[in-house]
Amino acid sequence: MYNASDLRKGLKIQIDGDPYIITDFTFAKPGKGQALYKCKLKNMINGSGFERTYRSGDTFEPAILDERDMQYLYNQEDEYCFMDLQNYEQVILTSEQVGDVKNYLIDNLEVTILFFGTLPIGITPPNFVNLVVTQADPWVKGDTSSGDSKPVTLETGYVLRVPPFIEEGTKIQVDTRTGEYVTRVKE
Amino acid sequence: MHNKSRLLIRAKIIQSIRAFFIDRGYLEVETPVVIPAPVPEAHIDAIETARGFLQTSPELCMKRLLAKGYTRLFQICKCFRDAERGHYHLPEFTMLEWYRTEADYFDLMKECRDMIKHVVHELGKGDKILYQGKIINLSGEWERLTVKDAFTRYTGTTPGEAVKAGDFDEIMVTEIEPELSKNRPVFLYNYPASQAALSRISRDDPDVAERFELYMGGLELANAFSELIDAVEQKKRFLEAAEAKIKKGKAPCPFPEKFINDLELMPPSAGIAFGVDRFIMILTDSETIDEVVTFTPEML
Repeated sequence: MYNASDLRKGLKIQIDGDPYIITDFTFAKPGKGQALYKCKLKNMINGSGFERTYRSGDTFEPAILDERDMQYLYNQEDEYCFMDLQNYEQVILTSEQVGDVKNYLIDNLEVTILFFGTLPIGITPPNFVNLVVTQADPWVKGDTSSGDSKPVTLETGYVLRVPPFIEEGTKIQVDTRTGEYVTRVKE
Repeated sequence: MHNKSRLLIRAKIIQSIRAFFIDRGYLEVETPVVIPAPVPEAHIDAIETARGFLQTSPELCMKRLLAKGYTRLFQICKCFRDAERGHYHLPEFTMLEWYRTEADYFDLMKECRDMIKHVVHELGKGDKILYQGKIINLSGEWERLTVKDAFTRYTGTTPGEAVKAGDFDEIMVTEIEPELSKNRPVFLYNYPASQAALSRISRDDPDVAERFELYMGGLELANAFSELIDAVEQKKRFLEAAEAKIKKGKAPCPFPEKFINDLELMPPSAGIAFGVDRFIMILTDSETIDEVVTFTPEML
């Protein structure tokens, strides 16, 4: 159990059975008055947010969250299936939950799945993922009109800008935190 | 601004405050920091040590000195309040308090303004101070706004209704404070009688207490009273504060019996507590209180 004085940015608490993370926190207190804890909270399941001011005496259940390393298996329509390599347990995340991580999901990719109790609520890919370029305009040597980058499509369907010398069939490394090209991968 | 220059200005400000009061015939005193019974207040928690409590304010000891016959006293000291930490709060902070017999809260508004202007001018600044991108203009008379008028101006409720609903502090912090003292310092005065603390109830209006707070640059800088010298009434309020604490599940501190006894001998007086660190924040254009102290608790 947390007290109001435990509240701080980044703390995860339960409200009405849902996990919330405090995204912004301010302590306010008139000299003679009661302490006020102004919080911005974000629902960790659906992403909705709200602001509330708590007071001393308010108490909170911690939101107990668990991270597990899992492997991506397949997707079928709106569902994405992952498997825990330790116990072969499988879980399903919705397309909305997977979000931009779709750009990096290739078979057997190991990701981290965030659980609230037994409920999977989030996914974090590795910081760097290697992906094959499946569509790229050929590089015409000496062509400077296209600038120093060009768009290509990766095996996941993700489109990003890369240096002009990257060709179809090349494997490249992408930083999943920025979504940007890092380097060409030599195999 | 570099931290080194902030500490330099901090030292100058404190020296200049001292000079102001000495020049006006005030006696500088040091009262004990560890005391057996801190001021009973519903929303201020003292830190307990092995042999007493750290003072949350030097108020009780300074008033006992007034009861002994001293007439003008000031003190710059460390005060301690448990679990107060934020951009404008430190659990250990520097307080300036001064007390005058035969004076009321209006006299202190004037003296507080004189002191601030003295320090500002000693620092070589004019009447306009830049704080966090806004100009604070110190020239002329400073605005005096009653709590009642502030509620009318900035909220859809009254102080009485807010107290009844238990929302007084929250409305103050979220609706009134952000609107106050944007360009000029403001004395917010005549608090609801229920928020009197250690101040006397107004003779003209039994619903309000002769208490003011000074706001400057959006910060609550000082709290002042025409002091309550009715020992029976003071005892009653202390007991109510202790009860409020028990209701919140907190242990009340020992009762300050000796203070109550001495209060009988205290002449009509006025007193004020002034947050030195916050004043330094304004004069060094600092966003947080962390920037104006040598070390924060987290750095130790």
